[in-house]
Amino acid sequence: MALIETTHNRRSFLKVSALAGGGMMLGFNWLAGLDLAALDDVPESWFEPNGYVRIGADGRVTILSPNPEFGQNVKTSMPMIVAEELDVDWKQVVVEQAPFNSTLYARQFTGGSQGIRRGWQGLRTAGATARQMLRQAAAQAWRVPVDEVTTKEGVLYHRSSGRSAGYGAMASAAATIPVPEAVELKEVKHFTIIGTSQKNVDGPEIVTGQPLFTMDERWEGTLVAMIAHPAAFGMKLKAVDDTAARSMPGIKDIFTFKTFEDGYERNFFDTNTFPELVAVVGNTTWEVMNAKRALRFEWEPAADRTEVVGGFGRTQTVHIPAGRESTADHTARMAEMAAKPGTVVRRDGDPEAAFARAAKIVERTYTAPFLAHNPMEPICCFAHVTNDKAELAGPVQAPEFIEQTLSARLGLPLEKIDITLTRMGGGFGRRAYSHYLVEAAVISRRMKAPVKLMYTREDDMTFGIYRPTYHATYRAALDADNNLIAFHVKAGGIPESPLHADRFPAGAVDNYLAEEWSVNSNITIGAFRAPRSNFIAGVEQAFLDEVAEAMGKDPIAFRLELLNRAKTRPVGERNDYDADRFAGVLELVREKSGWDKGAAPGVHRGVSAYFCHNSYAAHVLDVTVQNGAPVIQRVCCALDCGIVVNPDAAMNMAEGAIVDGVGNAMYGSMTFENGVPAHTNFDTYRTIRHSEAPKAIDVHFVKNEIDPTGLGEPPFPPIFGALANALYRATGKRVPVQPFAPQLQLRA
Amino acid sequence: MAPITLSVNGKNVEVDVDPRTPILWVLRDHLKLVGTKYGCGIAQCGACTIHLDGVAVRSCVLPVSSVGNQRITTIEGLSSDGTHPVQQAWLEHDVSQCGYCQAGQIMSAAALLAQNPAPSDAEIDAGMDGNICRCGTYLRIHAAIKTAAAGKGRG
Repeated sequence: MALIETTHNRRSFLKVSALAGGGMMLGFNWLAGLDLAALDDVPESWFEPNGYVRIGADGRVTILSPNPEFGQNVKTSMPMIVAEELDVDWKQVVVEQAPFNSTLYARQFTGGSQGIRRGWQGLRTAGATARQMLRQAAAQAWRVPVDEVTTKEGVLYHRSSGRSAGYGAMASAAATIPVPEAVELKEVKHFTIIGTSQKNVDGPEIVTGQPLFTMDERWEGTLVAMIAHPAAFGMKLKAVDDTAARSMPGIKDIFTFKTFEDGYERNFFDTNTFPELVAVVGNTTWEVMNAKRALRFEWEPAADRTEVVGGFGRTQTVHIPAGRESTADHTARMAEMAAKPGTVVRRDGDPEAAFARAAKIVERTYTAPFLAHNPMEPICCFAHVTNDKAELAGPVQAPEFIEQTLSARLGLPLEKIDITLTRMGGGFGRRAYSHYLVEAAVISRRMKAPVKLMYTREDDMTFGIYRPTYHATYRAALDADNNLIAFHVKAGGIPESPLHADRFPAGAVDNYLAEEWSVNSNITIGAFRAPRSNFIAGVEQAFLDEVAEAMGKDPIAFRLELLNRAKTRPVGERNDYDADRFAGVLELVREKSGWDKGAAPGVHRGVSAYFCHNSYAAHVLDVTVQNGAPVIQRVCCALDCGIVVNPDAAMNMAEGAIVDGVGNAMYGSMTFENGVPAHTNFDTYRTIRHSEAPKAIDVHFVKNEIDPTGLGEPPFPPIFGALANALYRATGKRVPVQPFAPQLQLRA
Repeated sequence: MAPITLSVNGKNVEVDVDPRTPILWVLRDHLKLVGTKYGCGIAQCGACTIHLDGVAVRSCVLPVSSVGNQRITTIEGLSSDGTHPVQQAWLEHDVSQCGYCQAGQIMSAAALLAQNPAPSDAEIDAGMDGNICRCGTYLRIHAAIKTAAAGKGRG
């Protein structure tokens, strides 16, 4: 049984208080217990809890879920972890979304598949501490040793005297007990909630259409605001004629504003695509939409500009070039960059010499376009800013960053800024960049009224902050005996490189070279589900498939050979994956997919495996061809994310990642003509639809007792490769250019 | 503007709006029925799906003046307490991830099943292709529709 200290640096991260009307509340900072070495300089505000367990005198147990929810189901799984250690009946637990709290070290951040991984210890400790205090309260009341007090499903027992009491009966007494300095956590084998499938706590509200999203909220006296932005990247506002719009029904005001003040040193998430915007404010959505359509704009070319970007302990300048870019120019520029030497990020052995003596060289170049996130709920948020405070509510992945931005922009101290985290209607990375909160705040302050800002779908899709466009050339050198003697990747993108130089197969090949390059752009980008991996995984796995074929090897056996090499005689020291766990998912997917039996007649199979965001994923994808078009019959998925908190929800997440990945690989594309996004809504931006999803997905987890790691991202990147490899077997042609569908002459 | 009388979820309501206003915004802004969602505004994503006399329509492009005396049903009126077989099947399969599109998905599914109580896989595909789910819950949506059609639980 693990003994966990509940204190650090003489500062308790757990704080107990009595509830009015009886009961206890244990507040906790769920980050505590993690990365402690990095937290030497803990601010006083660390005392502020951002999650809590509340046990009423009536026995009602409420657990606050700290992280923003956008479909990854942390609002269910995080409280499950607390409930496990608290030892309560999950069915009796009430879950609430925690408010955003400005504690500097709180990680109320949704992104990077880190919620469960980094919350694990803190959430468990909070539950175990509350349970321990309840046991102590019972021991005092019953005058028995605390060791003799046991619990089960929210009830305290003293077996030898036959006494028992519900948690509610002891909660007020427990509130007077000092927080213990150390508590014991359960052994994994004793878990009764973690590892069981529990339903989404918001499910009933979702299926009955109850208000859950920012878009659904309406405060009294709220005005509706929309923005208009330049029609093209590389352009800015010259003039707007609002004569017609101003006199339209329900319109309160139309004005231009800057999201950030000139000279503002922005943080990493303050991406400022279009510095100046036009606001249209009125009474109802439809009235504002109509007025917006009646505006007449003049745009002019924007000049080159340099932005200072701070945060994460460093400051950098970013050059944003002038000009109206087109996809054709991007394609040409990427080919040009790829033909030149890149920046060497990693070199093992002597790759040049190995390629020079190769008997055979396999080479392939891969590209992928910009992608728009397109969460189903378009960008929206609430703001009510007065002279002395700012209240905001919105779908926000990174509230702690935008709170600081708002403070700077509004000239208000952090404690005067209140952000409510609403359920997000999807995110996929887009809502880490919450410029819209600033926009709404500026509009609200000017209007002296609460406003709901909403983007139309077109505004949302054409505002930038896309997944970058990428390019990668892979080369593999084989000797006369068909051994892989060298591996070379040169990858780049606009405006950033997708390279992960220390990932597999780095570490498994004696002579290895990884180079990268990038080209600036005024088309803004942002994190998109599994940044960089969402490209590099698929193309690397497609290339390994091609190398295996050239060597006459089975693609899974070939990967396992490389992993065995990386395990037994690793090349280099910076390899960022665990070769055993990587091999583990490949072996599991081989077994569960029936790989060794071979595909059924007419079925074409592709395999792919990848490590990212601390978890391992492998897929086998089966394709058949019907009426000349590929149909994905089945995806078999193996995952190693350590302990699985909520298996059915985890499967749902993996299924979604697979469908999302298939969709983006087949259809996803944002292109530009003279700076103008060529796709503005779902009529021309193709997303995967119901009939195009795989017909079946089965998800299998490697069973182990490793502390859990994330799942939102890891199953996503490798599916691109599994699909590419299956399509190759189905069509006889490699598909190195994404999206795949137009090349396969499918329904576009 | 003359007031327009609508039948919404079994009740007659009067709204005073521009007759060109899409029903979506009448529901959301004027009647405070926010279960019906805005997703695209051009009838491409299905988030705004409601029933007119039991038939699924995209409310984001349908002017309120075109409704006449047809009965409007929204997600809030599909059942009084979330017990419609499609809603129950959705819970049983724990379909939702972010949940934003699901009201539209449920309304499309309910209309499909009203018309065709035992749809084939291909008929479900065709009936549901107009509803986008960016989280990718299509397989669970498909399974939930089959469960609702069979009128029995998953076990």
